[in-house]
Amino acid sequence: MTLDLEMAEIAKVFFQESREGLDVMESGLLSLGAAADSENINTIFRAAHSIKGGSATFGFAEVAGFTHGVETLLDEMRNGVRPVTAEAIQTLLQACDCLREMIAATEAEQPLDQVRIASLNGDIKHILGEASEAPAPVSAPALAAANEAADAGTAGEPGGWRVRFEPVADLLRLRNEPTRMFAELRRLGAMVAHADASRLPPLDALDPESCYLSWDIDITGQIPRGKLDEIFDWVDSGCRLEFTPTGRSAPAAPAPGAKASAQPQAAAIDAWSAETKAVSPTEAKAAASADADRGAPAGAAVQKASGDSGSIRVATEKVDNIINLVGELLITQSMLSSFADGIDPNDLDRLRQGLSQLARNTRELQESVMQIRMLPISFAFNRFPRIVHDLSRKLAKKVELKLSGEGTELDKTVLEKITDPLVHLVRNALDHGLEIPERRVAAGKRETGTLELAAFHEGGNIIIEVRDDGAGLNKAKILQKARERALVAPDQELTDEQIDNLIFMPGFSTAEQISDVSGRGVGMDVVRRNINDLGGHVQISSKEGLGSTIRIRLPLTLAILDGQLVRVGKEIYVISLLAIVETIQVARERLNTLVGRTEVFRLRDEYLPVVKLCDQFGVEPDSRSAEDGLLVVLEADGKRVGVLVDDLLAQQQVVIKSLESNFKSVAGIAGATILGDGTVALIIDAPGLISSAAEQGVGAAAAHAA
Amino acid sequence: MSTAKPTSGADKAAAESSEQYLTFMLAGEEYGVDILRVQEIKGWDKVTRIPHTPDYVLGVINLRGAVVPILDLRRRFGLETIAFGPTTVVIVVRVMSGRDERTVGVVVDAVSEVYNVDAADTKPPPDVCGNVDTVFVKALVTIEEKMLILLDIDRLIGNSIADELVPGAAVA
Repeated sequence: MTLDLEMAEIAKVFFQESREGLDVMESGLLSLGAAADSENINTIFRAAHSIKGGSATFGFAEVAGFTHGVETLLDEMRNGVRPVTAEAIQTLLQACDCLREMIAATEAEQPLDQVRIASLNGDIKHILGEASEAPAPVSAPALAAANEAADAGTAGEPGGWRVRFEPVADLLRLRNEPTRMFAELRRLGAMVAHADASRLPPLDALDPESCYLSWDIDITGQIPRGKLDEIFDWVDSGCRLEFTPTGRSAPAAPAPGAKASAQPQAAAIDAWSAETKAVSPTEAKAAASADADRGAPAGAAVQKASGDSGSIRVATEKVDNIINLVGELLITQSMLSSFADGIDPNDLDRLRQGLSQLARNTRELQESVMQIRMLPISFAFNRFPRIVHDLSRKLAKKVELKLSGEGTELDKTVLEKITDPLVHLVRNALDHGLEIPERRVAAGKRETGTLELAAFHEGGNIIIEVRDDGAGLNKAKILQKARERALVAPDQELTDEQIDNLIFMPGFSTAEQISDVSGRGVGMDVVRRNINDLGGHVQISSKEGLGSTIRIRLPLTLAILDGQLVRVGKEIYVISLLAIVETIQVARERLNTLVGRTEVFRLRDEYLPVVKLCDQFGVEPDSRSAEDGLLVVLEADGKRVGVLVDDLLAQQQVVIKSLESNFKSVAGIAGATILGDGTVALIIDAPGLISSAAEQGVGAAAAHAA
Repeated sequence: MSTAKPTSGADKAAAESSEQYLTFMLAGEEYGVDILRVQEIKGWDKVTRIPHTPDYVLGVINLRGAVVPILDLRRRFGLETIAFGPTTVVIVVRVMSGRDERTVGVVVDAVSEVYNVDAADTKPPPDVCGNVDTVFVKALVTIEEKMLILLDIDRLIGNSIADELVPGAAVA
């Protein structure tokens, strides 16, 4: 079947929808294992049904045939005829995979994996054949086969078809248009239609919206049966359709009357459409509302079936374009504001007013545009039930997967890039973290291990945690390995946390046996690099025998941040407002110097280290003394520090520009931005600053406590 | 990347045809860079300093929305520094650093001329070549009784940045 361009476009949508449908089926099937409620089966069934319907429409007979078998099985489950067994679920899951491949192959116009299809078809038939002699599953592929046979068979003969088409009276209300179907048929070959008006009632009893005509259609040419099916596909329910192949001589028989009879047919159709037009307005309205009544639930069903939360598909490119424009707009706006600050005539008020409105509009526009890119993390989480299901079977482990915070939204780019690292972490947790049931029982734990994936907001970040209650990291082994590989100096003392985080070093893997699941030693460092590339951080904490928690912190978005401008000497830096807890002036009596070096200050009940930006960044400040400046209290990963600056300036939204694109990444700097006066200001990497300062501070604070 | 292509094409064509070089002055010597790599020449303007960078990285500027680093070539070559004067200019060049193309500004004493250099006239650099480490020198050429030092800016600037990547990553 050759698709013309328009069809190719629609087919693309079908492929996309089929994939989504398969995702729905898969997640439904996985949750079936726990509870076989009929609503769930219904959802799966509907998804399968849509795929079947769509693939038949587009003439992908093999996909349709295969899905039919799946659908039959699901239908029987839905009706309670068939028990929901683990075996059936497994087969259906495999069928989903197979369908995914079939759809991919069809889209790429490549041959299908017939062996796999046949074997799965056999499996499905086997399940179906056990308790019922339902002919449907057998007939479905058979039907497809027959269609193909017909396709192949008719290819050689120049015959034709006689089609008897008796539509239901509702045909027109179901929004089918026979004239259009005739036009389609005419494209296939020479067509002659005989209208049969015998069912036509007297004019006063005639309902203008009903279809009373039926047709005998003779069509000549080498036409595969499949083509005819396609045309009548939408009307076949309830309509009587008969296809009779006609031989070489057959078309000749009605030929003499052909021209003559075509005219009356056309006339009949014209007359009938004229009647339709003649409907009185009230009647039309009534009919329309009836249509609407019928339409509404149907529409609802469609929406439900696609399992979609009313999303639209937008090309990322377009959105990116808008985001860039909004970024420029922001720069212009801040340029205007700084211009307004510089001049002083009296009508400045109106300019200021206009500017504040511009600022508000810009901000709103930016927020709504950014929202377009935000997707719930369930897009990444959804694949895990399947991965865990398959892997735990393979590794003979019992695992319960808990997901939470699936609705947490994050930037599409971040989401796409975080998926692979997450898969890696989950596989690692299953392979290395969780133990086999016997060992768990021996350790006095529940036989079934728990793997938790949680996403939530914390400050301006998204936190994703992968928690398992497995064996935890073997610190001694890690340290030994790290020393063997000279990643750690022999005499170097490390904290437990530092040891755990050694697994993120390049070329580190403690797996004694390299499995195909994990353990090639290229994993965790790549995970960390990917996350760092996204501006995020990853950390692991682990208790031997109790399990591990991997914590990923990601920025909400990569493009714009709410910044606080601070001044140190002549330099201006930007700090993300989300990292700032408060800003304080500190009196001398609340400042202490510990161990002669680290300065700390008391904030309520806490001692926090003072980070002097002037020392960190080597700039000349107004004053080095913490009591003269301001301390900006920053928080990240539960740690707080006070950053000493000379002055606080404006708060404004800044567009994040990468330093790496023309230079390289710099410790303590998250990026750069362009201020209203056109100069570049550096954006401070608050988490980086805090963790490096906290490391120095922890020792000091401990010393102070002692 | 697209802008790099004509350049590499020009490199190939160098064997039979001449190349144009923009020359500039630095501590009394004249250096040349492939003119196809030069994006623009602008006056010296204030930069935003970047911490944890070598002294020859003066900082970054806003070049029509892009954040572009500015390197001081005198410091890069370890020459005596001078106060920036009216002839001090920033030559904005495109360099290859690793697989990426970067836009970088270099501060020089003054721009000089544009010369056509015939590839046949160039000589490989001797072991010692003016004030410059010879690995950064592509070739020497004598034009109008003057010696020009043709620089390999990918090595000189691209590597200046890339070299720093390694210790920078270790700190992070």
